[in-house]
Amino acid sequence: MSTTTTEQIAAKIWSPSRGKQNLKKRGLKNWMVFAIIALVVLVWIFPFYMALDNALKTPVDYVHHGPLSLPRHVTTYGIRHFWKLSNFPQKVMNSFIVSFFVALFGVTLSFLTAFAIGIGRIKGRFVFLAVFMVAFTIPQESLVFPLYSISKKIHLYNSIWVLVIIFAVIYSAFGTYMLSVVMSSFPSEILEAAKVDGANTRRIMWNIVLPIVRPTLLALGTFFFVWVWNEYLIPLVLLADNVNQTVSLSLGLTSGQYTSDPTTQAGAALLGIIPSVIFYLIFQRTLSRGVTLGAVK
Amino acid sequence: MSVATVAPKRRSRRNSRDSRSIYYWYTLPGVIAFVAVVAYPLFRNIQISFTKWNGYGVAKNVGWRNYAKLMHDSSFWVSFLHAFEFMIAMSIIPTVLGLIFGALIFDFISPYFPKSWTTFFRMGLFMPQIVPITVTSVLWTWLLSPNEGVINNVLKSFGMKNPPDWLGSDHAAILAISAVCIWIQIGYTITIFITGMGRIDPSLNEAADLDGANWWQRFRAITVTQLAPEISIVLLTTTVAAIKIFAPVQIMTGGGPGNSTYVPSFYSYFNFFTTQRVGYGAAIATVMVLLLSALSIFLFKFQNSRTVNM
Repeated sequence: MSTTTTEQIAAKIWSPSRGKQNLKKRGLKNWMVFAIIALVVLVWIFPFYMALDNALKTPVDYVHHGPLSLPRHVTTYGIRHFWKLSNFPQKVMNSFIVSFFVALFGVTLSFLTAFAIGIGRIKGRFVFLAVFMVAFTIPQESLVFPLYSISKKIHLYNSIWVLVIIFAVIYSAFGTYMLSVVMSSFPSEILEAAKVDGANTRRIMWNIVLPIVRPTLLALGTFFFVWVWNEYLIPLVLLADNVNQTVSLSLGLTSGQYTSDPTTQAGAALLGIIPSVIFYLIFQRTLSRGVTLGAVK
Repeated sequence: MSVATVAPKRRSRRNSRDSRSIYYWYTLPGVIAFVAVVAYPLFRNIQISFTKWNGYGVAKNVGWRNYAKLMHDSSFWVSFLHAFEFMIAMSIIPTVLGLIFGALIFDFISPYFPKSWTTFFRMGLFMPQIVPITVTSVLWTWLLSPNEGVINNVLKSFGMKNPPDWLGSDHAAILAISAVCIWIQIGYTITIFITGMGRIDPSLNEAADLDGANWWQRFRAITVTQLAPEISIVLLTTTVAAIKIFAPVQIMTGGGPGNSTYVPSFYSYFNFFTTQRVGYGAAIATVMVLLLSALSIFLFKFQNSRTVNM
């Protein structure tokens, strides 16, 4: 456990983050490791650089000078071409709607069930949690065909709303698990005091528990938003029409479509990368805290 | 995952049964939705797995025949063999490299160079984790394309005469997708391990230093053993991810050439929607459910036991 001493606090106050750190003296070893890691990182970001570089080339330039050279004339042809062909703004809109509502409904469902488990401590809560944990780990392949037949039967096939329903529920299995854990550590004195004051269950939920767990709910919503944005299999099976497709799906379907047009392919990749990088920059702290959470998905 | 325990704390007697029962109502929306979207479809999938069905006509009951057929289907075994290979590429190699790179950054770079460098290195390695898997697959399909592709141009500039058609040949395709998976996963492992290293008591390393241990010895004796919980979580979660791998295979090779990149989820998808042997596809999916449920129960137990101990 980290105990902060007065000196440490003082050091924090007196050396603001932009000021100099106390760096140790570098030796040859440090420079060697630095060089190795820097090289690895360059290799790692090289594909992104290539996408940018070639998305800005003319097709003729690509054919004559290959993918590694810098563009002779900077053009946005590849990007504009994919933008128009795929009707990119529409895909972003679809993805945005699906992601937003999955986050909203998914968090709401999770909150209600977790309230019963974490605060209400209902009987059989362990069974609930175990079932939800398993539900979140099973492969989507085991649900996809029945979901496909059901959504055809109830005429929700090919609608983005069927995605909203499906993912809100699947993710809420995970959300319930996480929130139950958070809520079960809720100080019981507060709850008892509220009951003594005559607050009923609904009041406890709205006026006491909700305000306290709100930051956790927002974080959970952020994860849900990003996860749905990246989903592929279920959208692939359930969305047939071009007009309903999401960014991830439409990108997945372009593969091999532009083999004769590499600058468009680079432009497509670049366009697919941009929204995610924007989310990451906005929600960086929340998302990096959740790295572990998304992994079982 | 530092989460508090879910273990029950006995509430006072006053909190009687009837005041508790009201809480069951709050589970209702969640339970109904869960049954409709997860439990019932899962049950249907198991039911379908005992039939011969093309997806729209009449399903014919065949008992265990689909499962018996699986046992003799070389494509099925090949797909699981590949899942095993992806465990190496998505789980083992990223864990080893994540530990080594993470420790190098933590020990040799963070304390010696301005913080912005550490941030830059970590973000650079984390980039592939941010991008949707479909985008990554499209990007790499293009990078790996045979003639005009980036990778082969680089290899040619290093003097390689005939670089392979990565995604188009039997042996190279699975290696190429595996390499992409390593590229994706490192950001995940390294982030968790570096965070974990911050938790290790520095006096352990100082004591080892005084005893004259070199970096590699300290790495093995202290870093790796102290990070045991993180390593287990990472190995488990990435193993689950490897067994589920779908999008990169479907997009980059479509399982081909031949069945050289078949994986279980792709093979089940292929039976559902390409050959329309829905019963057979459902049987493959059911096998995956059993395997992954076992892993997740293990994960559930592991997490609960660990959080209780903390």
